[in-house]
Amino acid sequence: MTKIVVVTSGKGGVGKTTTSASFATGLALKGHKTVVIDFDVGLRNLDLIMGCERRVVYDFVNVIQGEANLNQALIRDKQVDALYILAASQTRDKEALKQEGVERVLNELAGMGFEYIVCDSPAGIETGALMAMHYADEALVVTNPEVSSVRDSDRILGLLSSRTRRAIEGREPVKEHLLITRYNPNRVQDGQMLSLQDIQDILRIPLIGVIPESEAVLQASNQGVPAIHLQGTDVSEAYKDVVDRFLGQDRPLRFIEAQKPSLLKRLFAR
Amino acid sequence: MSLLSLLLGEKKKTAAVAKERLQIILAHERAGRNASEPDYLPALQRELLAVIGKYVSIHPDDIKVHLERLDNLEVLEIKIELPDAR
Repeated sequence: MTKIVVVTSGKGGVGKTTTSASFATGLALKGHKTVVIDFDVGLRNLDLIMGCERRVVYDFVNVIQGEANLNQALIRDKQVDALYILAASQTRDKEALKQEGVERVLNELAGMGFEYIVCDSPAGIETGALMAMHYADEALVVTNPEVSSVRDSDRILGLLSSRTRRAIEGREPVKEHLLITRYNPNRVQDGQMLSLQDIQDILRIPLIGVIPESEAVLQASNQGVPAIHLQGTDVSEAYKDVVDRFLGQDRPLRFIEAQKPSLLKRLFAR
Repeated sequence: MSLLSLLLGEKKKTAAVAKERLQIILAHERAGRNASEPDYLPALQRELLAVIGKYVSIHPDDIKVHLERLDNLEVLEIKIELPDAR
């Protein structure tokens, strides 16, 4: 059985592509044959984050329009065996994503034995975003502890429950997971940032993980390495926990407590 | 939190302000999302106008039909302004 997971948020810049890259990599590291698809036609970036930008020959739109087959367009990850990337087209506009074409490609991927198809949604609520979520079985709703991100996530939740195939066909709804990224426990403690509890109170969907705000994310994207590969960093550990929870394991939340400043820092503060 | 800010009366933390603002705006937007204006309202307004017009001469703008949702309660408000009896 193939499971289709959309990584979505409404708002841009909250960590969808970072999450798609690390989440798909994490699933593949667990031995699951996984493909991650960039739905951001015209503004592709997943290839850069995955570090395969120079190996893109054919893309998702080429496959939809029959100009290439999937075997030609799928890029095999250099580090993880079970992981494949399908890049977005850089030149065409989002209207190139036709629903029948998307469905045909997803079916073909399922036929190739992929266990997980991770759909990296573009920001906004236009065609690209709607296509990315349309066939989803589960959704990771990426949210920053910040008012505009929370509001946009709420809007996306509305679309997941009304515009997806599961909603239209009246089947079991898309399983929604809240993923909070760029979380800063120290600022939460000071009352400067919405807390985990605040965000959950407002959005009312189950939490799958918290990714702390970290310099490691920029370090990872600079190098074209999914952040989950940066061994020993909080971000990597947090993403591994997310993957484990997604696969049904129990993992306590980490990196959510404020760090006390050291004695020296306290002496010299202010 | 410094002693000074305690003495001066602590201002509300910004995170609490953010949560409150979000709760208010989202309650509003969620209500709007579930088809806040049912499509029968304009037709209802036209028919009411026709019925009342049989007995009293009124202007179409004198009938206001409005549906309000408060949690689980729906209030259909119909306001008819009669012309001055002179």
